[in-house]
Amino acid sequence: MKKLNSLLVTTVLLFGVAFAGATLAQDNAASALSGAASATAAVPILATPAVESVAATATPAAAPVPNKGDVAWMLVCTAMVLLMSVPALALFYGGLVRSKNMLSVLMQVFVTFSLVTVLWVIYGYSLAFTEGSGVLSKFIGGTDRLFLNGIANVATGEFAMAATFSKGVVIHEMLFAAFQATFAALTCCLILGSVAERMKFSAVLLFITLWFTFSYLPIAHMVWFWMGPDAYSDPSLVEGLNAKAGYLWQMGALDFAGGTVVHINAGVAGLVAAYMLGKRIGYGKEAMTPHNLTMTMLGASLLWFGWFGFNAGSALEAGNSAVLAFMNTFLATACAVLAWTFAEWMLKGKPSMLGAASGAVAGLVAITPAAGNVGIPGAFAIGTIAGFVCLWGVTGLKRLLKADDSLDVFGVHAVGGIVGALLTGVFVSPALGGPGFVTDWVTASTGFTSISAQVWIQAKAVGIAVVWSGVVTAVALFIVKMVVGLRVSEDDEREGLDITSHGETAYNN
Amino acid sequence: MKMVTAVIKPFKLDEVREALSAIGVQGITVTEVKGFGRQKGHTELYRGAEYVVDFLPKVKIEAAIKDDMLDQVMEAIEKSANTGKIGDGKIFVFDLQHVVRIRTGETGADAL
Repeated sequence: MKKLNSLLVTTVLLFGVAFAGATLAQDNAASALSGAASATAAVPILATPAVESVAATATPAAAPVPNKGDVAWMLVCTAMVLLMSVPALALFYGGLVRSKNMLSVLMQVFVTFSLVTVLWVIYGYSLAFTEGSGVLSKFIGGTDRLFLNGIANVATGEFAMAATFSKGVVIHEMLFAAFQATFAALTCCLILGSVAERMKFSAVLLFITLWFTFSYLPIAHMVWFWMGPDAYSDPSLVEGLNAKAGYLWQMGALDFAGGTVVHINAGVAGLVAAYMLGKRIGYGKEAMTPHNLTMTMLGASLLWFGWFGFNAGSALEAGNSAVLAFMNTFLATACAVLAWTFAEWMLKGKPSMLGAASGAVAGLVAITPAAGNVGIPGAFAIGTIAGFVCLWGVTGLKRLLKADDSLDVFGVHAVGGIVGALLTGVFVSPALGGPGFVTDWVTASTGFTSISAQVWIQAKAVGIAVVWSGVVTAVALFIVKMVVGLRVSEDDEREGLDITSHGETAYNN
Repeated sequence: MKMVTAVIKPFKLDEVREALSAIGVQGITVTEVKGFGRQKGHTELYRGAEYVVDFLPKVKIEAAIKDDMLDQVMEAIEKSANTGKIGDGKIFVFDLQHVVRIRTGETGADAL
């Protein structure tokens, strides 16, 4: 009872603070909006013409209006990425655990998704996607958009605009923030597969909060934050604008939809967490058979569907780049399913449903950084290679690592993410059917240096993400262990987390 | 009176029931069970994890019968449950001491 009371007080306080902050944000909205229009240096986000402001009396050419097709497309994509987490990822993971832990997996995914969404609005978006200050600006953004402050003045109907990858094409910044919120939330949910069937619910929530803040936000900022194409209006500005972008963006790392930010980041966190938590009781001795592969298949299929929103949506507009990313996401996944299935058939004797579903996810992961950065040949190659390599990731490599990564988050997401990130550097080459990349944002002209140079850049980005995520995960879990402890009790683990942590059972016949 | 217990392959249940009905057995009790015999188990592979499944699903049927029906019942089960492959199961026969039909209170052979 006492516990309940303190929990209640904390919740009320939290919401009180949140509400006060949000109200403040609304009050400041109008001033921030007009401020953004005049002072370029204060522009908090990607966008240059940050406002579609009637009051600013800008000429129509200076304030691009979002295309309704782009807006509709991005709204749908955002909802599709939500579908990737709840229910798709939850079902994919849920089917793989024992029936006594089904609800705990669903619950962890559901609540993590919600928690991160709230944190995203409070401070996540601002820290990831606004311009930082001082030496840290390469690594983390600023506080201009706390509580989405200044992103819109709903009373006057003025919405700030976010840049895309095309000059003069914008979408609502609020829409961009919503789209990116789903990425942050999904990434945090991915980690849960590694710690399934044994981690305390309170520990999950605390860990996710810390990891989201200190690993997801900086890496998202490092890879994805830049000043947007419209800012590059004159060659004299290039150096100054580049210096404001994220560290890995400046380096030239290519990550279309989140191979580094999402999959390597989450996969490494999963592996480190699996080590720190220790193995499940009975691991390697008792059978830990997946309790419902039908749900796993359903989850994998919904992931494939939702991933079109994730990858093609990362183009930020409904154009060439989105179409290319869509087809690549389609094709690479199919290649990976075939690769995994036939390899398993040859090596292990039988082609399994779980193998096909795992292959699909491996292909999706690997094509993520490459989606809009490679052509059809790249999709064939990346999907097929990812299918083979990730099969090794969950068998041979898993045995070498000796960690109980329950649902193979590392073997599929980190390994697939690394394969995809490196091969993006290969197949982006126009010689291999790729589009190359923009070498000069002032003229928006594309070019290419060399495969070896780009792969080296990709490898450095991968290395930085691996180390960053690994260290943050270890420190965060150490703190969580001190504060609430990491694992449920041995008896609770044997009985199952559904009953002992959540007081309910998944199946009551 | 005899109690005949047979452990058979699950998909043979309908044939066995039909065969027993045909020779006039009035009722049987069926239970889904698991066990192992000479058939042994099989292995299941989930990504990198290989599990040996020792216990295979079988169906256990129990029939209480009069002594004079024993040979017929044994033959009916043996024929209907037979596939000729390993794992067809076994028939066990016990002496049955007493039977009561709960509704009427009849006892012994009358209650069968």
